[in-house]
Amino acid sequence: MEAYLDNSATTRCTEAVREVVVRTMMEDYGNPSSKHMKGVEAERYLREARETIAKTLKVHEKEIYFTSGATESNNWALIGAAMANQRAGKHLITTAVEHAAVLLPLHYLEEQGFRVTYLPVDERGHISLKDLEEALDDDTILVSMMYVNNEVGAIEPVAEAAKLIKKRNPKILFHVDGVQAYGKLPVYPKKLEIDMLSVSAHKIHGPKGIGFLYINDKVKIHPLLLGGGQQKGMRSGTDNVPGAAGMAQAAKEAYEHLEEHTAHLLKLKATMMEGLAKLPSVVIHSEEGSKSAPHIVSAAFPGVRSEVLLHALEERGIYVSAGSACSSNKKLPVSAVLKELHLRQELLESTLRFSFSAYTTEEEITYCLATLNELLPVLRRYARH
Amino acid sequence: MIFKTILIKYGEIAIKGKNRHLFEDALVSRIVHALRDVEGEFHVYKEQGRIYIDCNETYDYDETIQALQYVFGIVGICPVMKVEEAGLRQLGNDVIAFLEHVYETHQQTFKVVTRRARKSYPIESMEVNCELGGRILEAFPEMKVDVHDPEITLHVEIREKIYIYSKIIPGQGGMPVGTNGKAMLLLSGGIDSPVAGYMISKRGVRLDATYFHAPPYTSERAKQKVVDLAQQVARYSGPINLHVVNFTDIQLYIYDKCPHDELTIIMRRYMMKIAEHFAKERGDHALITGESIGQVASQTMQSLAATNEVCTLPVFRPVIGFDKQEIVSIAERIGTYETSILPFEDCCTIFVAKHPVTKPNLNAIKRSERKLDEKIDELVQTAIETTEIIRVE
Repeated sequence: MEAYLDNSATTRCTEAVREVVVRTMMEDYGNPSSKHMKGVEAERYLREARETIAKTLKVHEKEIYFTSGATESNNWALIGAAMANQRAGKHLITTAVEHAAVLLPLHYLEEQGFRVTYLPVDERGHISLKDLEEALDDDTILVSMMYVNNEVGAIEPVAEAAKLIKKRNPKILFHVDGVQAYGKLPVYPKKLEIDMLSVSAHKIHGPKGIGFLYINDKVKIHPLLLGGGQQKGMRSGTDNVPGAAGMAQAAKEAYEHLEEHTAHLLKLKATMMEGLAKLPSVVIHSEEGSKSAPHIVSAAFPGVRSEVLLHALEERGIYVSAGSACSSNKKLPVSAVLKELHLRQELLESTLRFSFSAYTTEEEITYCLATLNELLPVLRRYARH
Repeated sequence: MIFKTILIKYGEIAIKGKNRHLFEDALVSRIVHALRDVEGEFHVYKEQGRIYIDCNETYDYDETIQALQYVFGIVGICPVMKVEEAGLRQLGNDVIAFLEHVYETHQQTFKVVTRRARKSYPIESMEVNCELGGRILEAFPEMKVDVHDPEITLHVEIREKIYIYSKIIPGQGGMPVGTNGKAMLLLSGGIDSPVAGYMISKRGVRLDATYFHAPPYTSERAKQKVVDLAQQVARYSGPINLHVVNFTDIQLYIYDKCPHDELTIIMRRYMMKIAEHFAKERGDHALITGESIGQVASQTMQSLAATNEVCTLPVFRPVIGFDKQEIVSIAERIGTYETSILPFEDCCTIFVAKHPVTKPNLNAIKRSERKLDEKIDELVQTAIETTEIIRVE
């Protein structure tokens, strides 16, 4: 049996996504920039994709920009907005548990003379609003925060954060990395006062190499990619029609079935957490309830190094992620995110992440739990001394 | 490209007496092998104690030279302009054309070295040197003769045709692979063993290899890393039969039964035994390891002696007296270093005791091994039977 429980790394495309991607590669393969029929036809896919996605967010379609994925979206949002607004101030705020695609552009901006505050998180991965309030100052121009933490599934208080930020100064921009939230939770930027939102298609059963950045019409931002002037000159490069069409199809399916998917995911999560709790000495990092994403369960298995457990599961057809990437016995470059949670070294080294999708079955979860139950005593016997 | 021929200089082969033709034939075949994927058509042949490569019109010069630099046995690679014999006047024209093509500026010091391999050529070497030197000075007034330490040494070899060359691009040296038997390399994912393989292969030895993996303690990626390393070594050594042995059960069994400070030594003894099994099966003449004295606990003199003791084949350790930095330099030069330092667990680092024995007592080790009697033969047999063999080119 096979159990793919690594859906926060990537997902399998749906049939309908494949169908539209193939169609826009093989039949309607025009370049939207061309003046002839083929181009017009291709442009129609692009427009429809934009409309479909805009509808899921309840925003205007002209506020959706296609990118090569969330890394580009994050880079663009942070560098483009910081550069365009630097006369208003040079202070940026983020959290200590962001993805590298947020942290590294911010490090770059620090080198360019910006000041960055990194908000700490509690043992469940949540920032404190009080810290945010204290960090905001007259020089602040941008706050960037992930909606759902990719390693432990914590949902950050995005709505409350936005209120604080806008109360302090409505001009401060609020960027949200929505990679693990979009398609799993309702995300309405206007209602939440999010100015920019980064999303990637391949986390929601769409193709790789495509994503988008929602940019509120009022936001001042510079383009990063210059060239042929596509997407109103804000993001040059031949339009990725198959990607955009595939992403829109995936988004449509995700939001049409959001309620049933969420119910299914919550059931899987409950089964997983209950099952894990029954195993001897397992420490679960994720929580139940509204402060945690329905599709991520992170847990530590003290006494077994995560890589070893990962490969042992792999041998039985179960695919998961290691919370920490151990490399050798000398250096253990443990996940920065888990470190932020202030876990004991033993837990850091033994954490696995199980992540589900709407297509994950109860049987896969049960199989995974049964396999863990069988493997753990054996592996613990041979732990390093 | 004016170089239509490449002259191959080889060193040690020339002194191998009656076996010389064997070495030359091996070198020719290694060169043919090295050029098989290079753009162009090549004719490799021996003539009067030299190896030549004739190249067609459209061959890729840079790619050709690069490929030849992987061939053991080649000391120097000389791109040659080959001309017909048509009198001394014409030879002067040819030499001037050569210098025009090969050098951008013409202010260097030079000397001409003529060799008459065809003694029937009517003019003496010294006379040819003078004549050609004069023509060069006439054509390039800023060039100067310096017979002691010239910047350009222009070689003119008079054979059936006349060969003109001035550049000798260094080769790897060593002996052509296949002229000195075959050996089994114990390959890990580390820095040392690929270097050991390279060094032995440089002495003309063909390679097989054995890698021990221990899933789930080592990953698919760790195994891929070793395949990649074997591939990099194979660029020099030619194809390698890589034996991938699943060592997990043996390791766990030793862990269960033996004192933990002896784990590494006992484990290595079983690795040697299994590697030797495959070596004998393949007709290899020796085992090769990347050990260097004192580098880690299992590489003290006493530990090496203890691992050696299980083998009947000789065990060669080409980097035995090298410092880590010296090994790293070679690894960097031959292109294995970057792969070697990729951070994947290899099976030796997993079951390492905090304080492993550094001066193992052979009797004590053997006593501990007796605790394995019940199942070890069966486990070794299974490991051998389930070994995966990957042919790495």
